[in-house]
Amino acid sequence: MSPMSVVTLARSEPRSGQITVIQPRRLPRVLGALATYVGMTLLAVMFLVPLLFEFIGSIKPNDRVLSEGNSWRAFIPTAITFVNYGDALARADLAHLFINSMIITSSIVVAGIVVNSLFGYALARMTFRGRGLLIGVVIALIIIPFQAIAVPLFFMMAKIEVLDTYQVQIVPFIASPFFTYLFYTFFLSIPKELEEAARVDGAGPLTIFWRVVVPLARPVYATVAILSFLFAWGELLWPVLVTRGPEVRPLPLGIAVFQTLPPVQWGDIMAFATVMTLPLLVVFLAFQDAFVRSVARTGIKG
Amino acid sequence: MISSPTKNLKTRVGQDSLVPWLFSLPAILMLLAFLVAPFVLAIVFSFTNLRLLSPIPLRFVGLQNYVRVFQDPIFYRALGNNLLFVVIVVPVQTALALALAVLVNQKLRGVRVFRTIYFAPVVTVMAVAATVWRLLYDPDAGFINGLLGAVSGGAVHPNWLRSTSTAFLAIIIMSIWQGVGFQMVILLAGLQDIPHDHYEAAIVDGASGWQQFRFVTIPQLRNQLLFVVTITTILAFRLFDQVYVMTSGGPLDSTQTLMLMLVDVGFGRQRIAQGSAIAVIFFLIVLSISVAQRRLIREETT
Repeated sequence: MSPMSVVTLARSEPRSGQITVIQPRRLPRVLGALATYVGMTLLAVMFLVPLLFEFIGSIKPNDRVLSEGNSWRAFIPTAITFVNYGDALARADLAHLFINSMIITSSIVVAGIVVNSLFGYALARMTFRGRGLLIGVVIALIIIPFQAIAVPLFFMMAKIEVLDTYQVQIVPFIASPFFTYLFYTFFLSIPKELEEAARVDGAGPLTIFWRVVVPLARPVYATVAILSFLFAWGELLWPVLVTRGPEVRPLPLGIAVFQTLPPVQWGDIMAFATVMTLPLLVVFLAFQDAFVRSVARTGIKG
Repeated sequence: MISSPTKNLKTRVGQDSLVPWLFSLPAILMLLAFLVAPFVLAIVFSFTNLRLLSPIPLRFVGLQNYVRVFQDPIFYRALGNNLLFVVIVVPVQTALALALAVLVNQKLRGVRVFRTIYFAPVVTVMAVAATVWRLLYDPDAGFINGLLGAVSGGAVHPNWLRSTSTAFLAIIIMSIWQGVGFQMVILLAGLQDIPHDHYEAAIVDGASGWQQFRFVTIPQLRNQLLFVVTITTILAFRLFDQVYVMTSGGPLDSTQTLMLMLVDVGFGRQRIAQGSAIAVIFFLIVLSISVAQRRLIREETT
């Protein structure tokens, strides 16, 4: 629907019942804003309750997490202790799991950015046989969800005996048709003149890419870095399939396993949860706009 | 002026025809190995008797795996739950996301803080959110029943995750909490793209607030709404992390989903072939949703 037809649609509305009052109506407006704030605050409380419960629970003695869990005291640090963090470190081997997740996630993010942006650049800017076909294939591949290939991929990885390694959790997630497509569309949108000028100056393709294109394309690099970090950091299905012992286990599977191990200490579990949540939340608060823009950008796909 | 450098650029790059392939090859090879190959194998395996470790020689068994899946009562329980998730979460979450987007799109002081709060659950890992909600849902020690008990004077006391009648509802509620911020951001981006003069024209014509929303906002947001509905529907069929952590499909299979079944059959029982059949069925569902979305979008643009 074109913008024009929307306006026409709005115009064609029957006006008979409408009374146009353009007089200043101060009081209702103030009341309206007040109601909005009250509504937004109530909603905000609903969104914050689980997170607050998690943080407060992590600094309370274990028995209090349970005994005070069903009252408002669940959100008051009635007794403060950091013993839970020590216990989670010791009992869940939290530091080790954290390092595992960092290795896996950062490898996927860094390698993925390089591989997918190079491919996206070739598709957007270079002429070669099969380019059109490749673009079509990349777009078609976006539809295949990872879950649809997880079982045969697990079989392949078992056959080449790479289960229980870092590689098996990294390499399959590097190349991504969706991220390639994001890079491709972004590169199409930046003007070619700068690249051409660099070429005239005698720069090679890699130099042009690194010196001219990458700096211009910072927003899409940030988007892909943020999204691939969020996806990789939270991945649970794949480690369920390909890791058995705790050696290369990442955090999401770690917390799933930890809460089933007796004795179940909810304070320790909340400390574990906080260690997984807080770094991400801090990074999010620091780069809020980039996060929000990145997620909004996934909507461009349609 | 623009065309000549373009042509120049293309011919220059076209001459060393190795360069585009050097840029593309890492991604192409990895996509072939970790996406195309397992996808083709999923289809091939689904017609065989393949198991992870089996002394029985490999052979083709026709549609036998599919027949087995379609005869399995758990498959219908799982599919029914995925569909129930679609039927409840898609409308509720979309409506809530739209309401939140409209709320935080207002020019009010401090509105950014609310946007941040509503979005915060999106950056918490699903496995962590599920862990925290498990305790919130505890019938005796959990805050949710504490609140319900206080409000209802102890009359309402659901067993949440421990009861077959409420377990899946509990998972649905926490999924909406975690996912609604994602949709809000996409819709918010759409709202901010609506030209302001559309509203001005509507106001001149005496359109009420609701009429502006109905005849300007909604039609202008059509593509974003379509995208959000599609992605949520697809995510509903991928439902895994929160169920794995909170109930593992129980009690009595009341929270079974296609993905839990896939992992149980393909990994737990090591029936690669039957797991592949479930994966193919899952893919066909996702494919038809995506095709429907593209049809609807094309309808709009022509």
